[in-house]
Amino acid sequence: MRSKVVEATVRALRHAETSLPEWVLQMIRDASDHETNPTAKSHLQFMLENVRTAEERRLPLCQDTGLPIFRVEMGRDLELDFDLRLAIEDGVRIATLEIPLRPNAVDPLTRQNSGDNTGIGMPDIILDLVDGEGLCITAFPKGAGSENMSLVGMLNPADDPFDFIVRTVAERAANACPPLFLGIGLGGTFDLAARLAKHALFNLPGSSPMEMDLLKRINSLGIGPMGLGGDTTALGLRIERACCHTASLPVAINFQCWAHRCASEVIL
Amino acid sequence: MRIGGDPLTEYRLKTPLSREDVQRLVAGDVVFLSGRVYTARDKAHALMRSKGCPISLEGAALYHCGPLINKNVVRSAGPTTSGRLARYTEEILNLGVRAIIGKGGLPGEPFLGRAVYLAYPGGCGAAAAQQLKVKDVHLKELGMAESLWEFEADAFGPLIVAIDSHGKDLYQDVRVSVLNRLRS
Repeated sequence: MRSKVVEATVRALRHAETSLPEWVLQMIRDASDHETNPTAKSHLQFMLENVRTAEERRLPLCQDTGLPIFRVEMGRDLELDFDLRLAIEDGVRIATLEIPLRPNAVDPLTRQNSGDNTGIGMPDIILDLVDGEGLCITAFPKGAGSENMSLVGMLNPADDPFDFIVRTVAERAANACPPLFLGIGLGGTFDLAARLAKHALFNLPGSSPMEMDLLKRINSLGIGPMGLGGDTTALGLRIERACCHTASLPVAINFQCWAHRCASEVIL
Repeated sequence: MRIGGDPLTEYRLKTPLSREDVQRLVAGDVVFLSGRVYTARDKAHALMRSKGCPISLEGAALYHCGPLINKNVVRSAGPTTSGRLARYTEEILNLGVRAIIGKGGLPGEPFLGRAVYLAYPGGCGAAAAQQLKVKDVHLKELGMAESLWEFEADAFGPLIVAIDSHGKDLYQDVRVSVLNRLRS
């Protein structure tokens, strides 16, 4: 069972790094069909070509192979006789050598690179308990370009959270490899808002009227692919909410680049 | 000098680049670049500032990139965010660099009259790997992502001229238009 987890971790990472989910590719194709700016259109087509090259040659589609982030959905009735974290860590080490991945994990102060993408707090494993005895691991490698632009705002309840989101995207999108996906955490606390935002990226894309309105506002900004102008600034977004204190309005925006890399492996 | 040329005018250039080479280019043009391309990012820039550059960058194309290399083969090599390196722009261009390649842009003023900023589509590392070969590596002690890699480029592109040497900056144009739309 432990070796199955290690192998599934490697497989999920390999799949995530060298291809994109079909629904993401379809969104880029649709955006390319509708794009009116010639530079933007050629960028979108080149992005699709890049994914084809990555799939054919089994290469990481982006050199920033990211930090290893995993969502683990685990049944409440499942009992494991080994340390799940250590098994996933082993998988990350093997994947780093075999795929191969760029070693990205460094100590925040010494900047010393561990060489294998593990270290204090890495991989980041986000555990969701579900009914039953199942076990599913989703690899969600996250690059720094988009993550660096992410932000938690502790707003005044009198502020408009959507204005804040649009303004933040306007200021930061160009560096986050647009067209973007956005995970938005609305409410909660300082850290809960950030967790909701990351979780929103796991459950992309949202399709509620509120989410579609926000997407439309963002795309009307004209930032375009790579910040060079165009109709396509964001491909999709999702908002996840939690109650907040009557005196608070936390809003977290987790930026994700066009290459929304994720792949799941069902183990049980 | 052309003003606001056809957005998809293509150029095939070879390094080392001359002042004339870059002065022909207008924001919006597309370049495919051959010859030597050097990578440098955060640590290499900091080291060049404190200890000087280990190689000549006269006429060079400097690529903001932390590549994924395996057995001396480029596996993936898209651009990193240039904004983190904005503080070094003036001194890098003073070394004779004629083109900085990256994503997201830099302050435009240091490029006036002498250099261009070229944007490679972000995230497209696998495509870039088909156009770049390892020739040498400097500052290897900085590790894979941070070393100064010397690549031989074969029609590396599409590179969009995002900041030209005449004061036109596509990112700045977009920023101004975005601010106007936010206010309306």
